[in-house]
Amino acid sequence: MNVHDKYGPLTLWEKFYLAPILAGLWLTSKHFFRNLGRHILRAVGIKSRAMGAVTIQYPEFLRPLFPRLRTMHRLTRREDGTPRCVACMMCETVCPAKCIYILADEKLENPQIEKMLHSFDIDLGLCIFCGYCVEACPEDAIRMDTGILELSNVSRNGMVLDMETMLNLKPDGSRYAQYDKNGDIISNAYIQQPKKS
Amino acid sequence: MAEGVGIILAKLAFVLLFVLNFGAVLTWVERKQSAVMQDRIGANRASIFGVRLLGLLHALADAIKMFTKESFTPDNADKPIFRIAPAISVFFALVGFAVIPFGDKLVVGDTVVNLQVAPLNVGVLYLFAVAGMAVYGVVLGAWASRNNYALLGGLRASAQMISYEVALGVSIFGCIMIYQTVDLQEIVRWQGHLLGGWLPAWGVLMQPLGFILFLTVGIAETKRIPFDAPEGESEIIGYFLEYSGMGFGMYFLTDFIETVMISAITVTLFFGGWQVPYLMADGFHFPWGGMVALSNWMVALLQFVSFTLKVMFFLWLQMTIRWTLPRFRYDQIMRLGWKYLLPISLVNILLTGFIILLLK
Repeated sequence: MNVHDKYGPLTLWEKFYLAPILAGLWLTSKHFFRNLGRHILRAVGIKSRAMGAVTIQYPEFLRPLFPRLRTMHRLTRREDGTPRCVACMMCETVCPAKCIYILADEKLENPQIEKMLHSFDIDLGLCIFCGYCVEACPEDAIRMDTGILELSNVSRNGMVLDMETMLNLKPDGSRYAQYDKNGDIISNAYIQQPKKS
Repeated sequence: MAEGVGIILAKLAFVLLFVLNFGAVLTWVERKQSAVMQDRIGANRASIFGVRLLGLLHALADAIKMFTKESFTPDNADKPIFRIAPAISVFFALVGFAVIPFGDKLVVGDTVVNLQVAPLNVGVLYLFAVAGMAVYGVVLGAWASRNNYALLGGLRASAQMISYEVALGVSIFGCIMIYQTVDLQEIVRWQGHLLGGWLPAWGVLMQPLGFILFLTVGIAETKRIPFDAPEGESEIIGYFLEYSGMGFGMYFLTDFIETVMISAITVTLFFGGWQVPYLMADGFHFPWGGMVALSNWMVALLQFVSFTLKVMFFLWLQMTIRWTLPRFRYDQIMRLGWKYLLPISLVNILLTGFIILLLK
C-alpha cells in the first residue's frame, strides 16, 4: 500500500498547521504531565508500579538477561577439579572468528583421556559471541553462561582470556531471567533490579 | 524625586542577572523537559561530592567546558569580525530587556522607582529595532567564518529574519491600535482595567488572532525548531559551524535569551505583563466587593512574581513546541511567512480597525 495515499492530500484546515500542531502539543503535553506526576509521586515516597520513564539507569540497575543470551565464556571442571577439556580442537576449528588458541599436552595419569590442556586462550576482541564453540564441544567443557557483559579493557592484550581465568568463572544465574516449572519466564525482563555490589 | 544612578544600576544588575540565570536554567529545562516528554530521565550524572540536584549541575559543567575549551579561529576567517560576532549576537538579545516592565512602582524612601530599566516612550519600536539587529550577529559570524555551510546558514537566517520581521511588526499593530500607545509600561497599565467590571482586559482577549500570529513569528525569531533552518544541524551545521568554546557558547546562550525575550514580550503585550487580576496599587479590589489591603512592597513583589510565572509558562510552551514539531522545510518557512502570516496579520489590522470604529 502506498502510505502517501492513506491520508490523502492536505486539506485547507491542515494547511493552516494550527489544528494539527495543537493535536501534537496535546499529545506531548499529556506525556509530560503524566510522567512529571509519576516522578513527583516517587520523589515524595509514594511507590507505585507506574514509572515516570522507561530508562534503566544501567550501572546502578541491571536488566535481567534473556536466559538464552550468550555471555562471557567459562571452562568447566571434572569432579576431580581438572579441566573437562580434552583439547580436541573442535571449538578452535569451528570458530568463525578464529579467536580460540589451544595448546595441548599429553595426559599421562589417565590413559583413557589422551590429551589435556596446556593453554586455552580466547581473544574477546575478535570473538563474535556466536556460541559455535559451545555447540561443537563434545565434552561440555566450555559454556557461555557467566552473565558477564562488561568486557571492556584498556589494551588489546587485556581482552585475551586465559585458561586460569575461565576455569575460575562461575555461572551467574542472578543476572538471568528465571523460569517457572512450565518454562514460562517468571521475572519480567523489563523490571529493574538493584545491582549487587 | 528622580531616580539616582545607584537605583538605575541596581535595576540593571537585577534584570541582567534575572535574564542570564533564566538562560542558564533553560539549558537544564531543555534537557529535562524533553526527557520527561519522551519518557526518559534526562541528564542527571553531573555531581559535586555525590550531590546531583536533578541534573542542575549540568549547566555548571557546560559553562566550565565552554570556558576552558579552545576558541579556535580558522586560518582564512576574518578574525576581528569572527571574534566580535557572537558578542554582537548576545548584546542585541540582552538589551531588549531594558524596556520590559517587571513591576509597577516601588516607593523607596521618598523616591518612586519605576520597575523598568529604561522608561522609553517608544518601547515597542525599540524592541523592533533590537530584534532587527539580532540577525547581524548571525550573518557576520557566518560570513566571517569563510565556510560555505556557515554562509548558507547565515543566508537562510537573514532570509528568514527579513520574512518574519515584517509579519512581526504587522502582527502587533492591532495591539497598538487598541492600547493607543507604544510605551510598554503604559501598555501593561492599560491591561489592568476590567471588562464589564470583572474580566481583566488582557491583550489576548482583545487580540486572540494577533497573539497566535505574534507567538508563531516570535518562535521563528528565536531560530529554534521548528524554524531552525539557519541552524539545520542535520543538513548544514549552521551559521556557528566554525565556532568552538565560548564563541559557540554565546550563540547557544543567545537562542535561550531570545526564548526568554519572546516570552517576556508576549506576556507584556498579551498577558498583562506584571498585572495580577484585581490587584490595584493599594491591594486587591475584588469585583464581588471586598478588599485586601497590601503594602507597596507586597504589591511590587506580587507583580514581579506574576510576571515571572507568566514568563515561565511561555518558556514551557516554547519548549513543548520545540520538542513536538519537526523542522519546517525552507520553502515551507517562506510560504508560511509571506503567504499566510503576513496576509492574516493585515486582515487582523483591518478587522481591529473596523471593530474599533463600530464601538465608537
